Amino acid sequence: MRMILNRKRVFLILLLLGLIALPFAGLSNYMIRVLVNCLLYSVLALSLNMFSGICGQISLGHIGFFCIGAYTSALMALRLGAPFVVCFLFAGLLAGLAAFLIGIPALRLSGGYLAIITLSFSEIIRLVILNWVSFTRGPMGLPSIPPITLFGIRFASNIPYYFFMLVFCILVVILMRHIINSSFGRDLRAIRDDEIAAEAMGINCYWNKVTVFSCAALVAGLAGSVYAHCMRFIDPSSFKTDVSFLVLSMVVLGGMGSIAGSITAAVVLTILPELLRGFDDFRMLFYGLALIIMMLLRIIRPETVRRWTAPVRRALSPRRTVDGSEV
Amino acid sequence: MDILRAEKLCISFGGLAAVKNVSFRVPQHKIVSLIGPNGAGKTTVFNIITGFYQADSGSVELSGKIINHVSPEKRISLGMARTFQNVRIFRQMTVLENVLIGHRRHIRYSVLSGLLHNRAWRTAEAQAREECCGILEQIGLLEDRDTVCGNLAYGKQKKLEIARALASRPKLLLLDEPAAGLNPQETQELSAFICTLPSDELSVLLIEHDMSMVMNISDYIYVVNQGEQLAEGLPETVKRNQDVIDAYIGKGGVRRFAEG
Repeated sequence: MRMILNRKRVFLILLLLGLIALPFAGLSNYMIRVLVNCLLYSVLALSLNMFSGICGQISLGHIGFFCIGAYTSALMALRLGAPFVVCFLFAGLLAGLAAFLIGIPALRLSGGYLAIITLSFSEIIRLVILNWVSFTRGPMGLPSIPPITLFGIRFASNIPYYFFMLVFCILVVILMRHIINSSFGRDLRAIRDDEIAAEAMGINCYWNKVTVFSCAALVAGLAGSVYAHCMRFIDPSSFKTDVSFLVLSMVVLGGMGSIAGSITAAVVLTILPELLRGFDDFRMLFYGLALIIMMLLRIIRPETVRRWTAPVRRALSPRRTVDGSEV
Repeated sequence: MDILRAEKLCISFGGLAAVKNVSFRVPQHKIVSLIGPNGAGKTTVFNIITGFYQADSGSVELSGKIINHVSPEKRISLGMARTFQNVRIFRQMTVLENVLIGHRRHIRYSVLSGLLHNRAWRTAEAQAREECCGILEQIGLLEDRDTVCGNLAYGKQKKLEIARALASRPKLLLLDEPAAGLNPQETQELSAFICTLPSDELSVLLIEHDMSMVMNISDYIYVVNQGEQLAEGLPETVKRNQDVIDAYIGKGGVRRFAEG
């Protein structure tokens, strides 16, 4: 394929260069940690978007799989001294497996029922971890988790975490775009639009939902693993259901099914509370107000929002071939 | 040989017998219609044939194989494709994507190819697009292929549904009231299109309200009323059948009915 320097490609290259240069632009350690969090939330929002935006199912328990990933990775590193790559992969696999087992009964339901049952499962996961003191140390949490060591490089500061998460996030974006434009992704979108028609077209709705639920959980588990090694301390209170709600609001605010939207919303909703720290006790009040205003803006004045986000959306939207069809 | 044979179908919902002993057959490369007044049980029969309902008794045979217990999503791979009375398209997807969904069982590549978008993915997708565009051209929707189909006019949505069903390369196409909600001109266009469909590989079972359409394009007609079979025969015979006329418009309405 010929490399053409159109506007979109230029924008993407500039964006990438900017993202690479960002941590060296005199940001404090704290600011870089916020950026790492932005990327972590982006990955979480993207993975939930696969399930909620693309396939149209509501999950209020996404944090449960993030939690499983974090605890698997931390326990394997602490108890078995396993290298990071192994911890990382197992974190994803175990979260995916858990989602598969939960999905088998839960995905018989949909809509509000599914929302409640996923919420319940994520609470069960958290409560098991909280009360299984002999294994997980329960409320005392897991301290001194070793930092990531990859190819002999020990991640001593936040900068390598930033780059690790940046690569991870870009990979997720690329794979997600590819899935959306493959046969499987089309099936998922068909299920979202009309389940009965999808079934008549030969799509097994149930197994497709179980598959995408497991894949989304797998990605969340991988993110959980990075989170554990980056924070170096985890306890069950970091995995409460309000994080699930936060991730779901990122998906909704960014627009169901939109990749660029999920990332933008994740960045905004992660940085905003940090900017509001000056308000001390009133911080969450303003945060809530800002969230309401943004939601209303999205619904009442969608064209304004569309204008603001146009360059980002253009850059991340699927390629178009000469005849205008999507590839 | 018959492509579809339904024998003595019965189904009741909570004691109400919706369909009683309805039998019919669809011979190869023919258009067969199932007609009846409102509430006759046509759509119920249709839903039994397509597997969305399970008949209490009776059997459905497709190319000589009994398919009573085959689930709806597997019937399409046996060569049975349907449309819905109230249009059920994938509203947030483009027209072409909708047709690609219909074509999905002929699009073959591995999960890995789908993830990597490699050569296998490119060729398979390009081939599928080409075939689907061909179908869209046939039905007259090619210019609209990149339109999000929720924005299409109702008539075009109906056509799109047929295109989507055809993309699965069915042996039997089941159309549930394709003319409902269309204006007379659109109905005529659609009739002309449906007439061109039957071939060695394709037969059509039509459920329809619109009498002029049914009389013009059907090779054979079955009439049901209040869940029971009322009459059957060639369009000319059915048109003059007194029971059918009575069921449709009450006694004494012969002239209007025959004029269709």
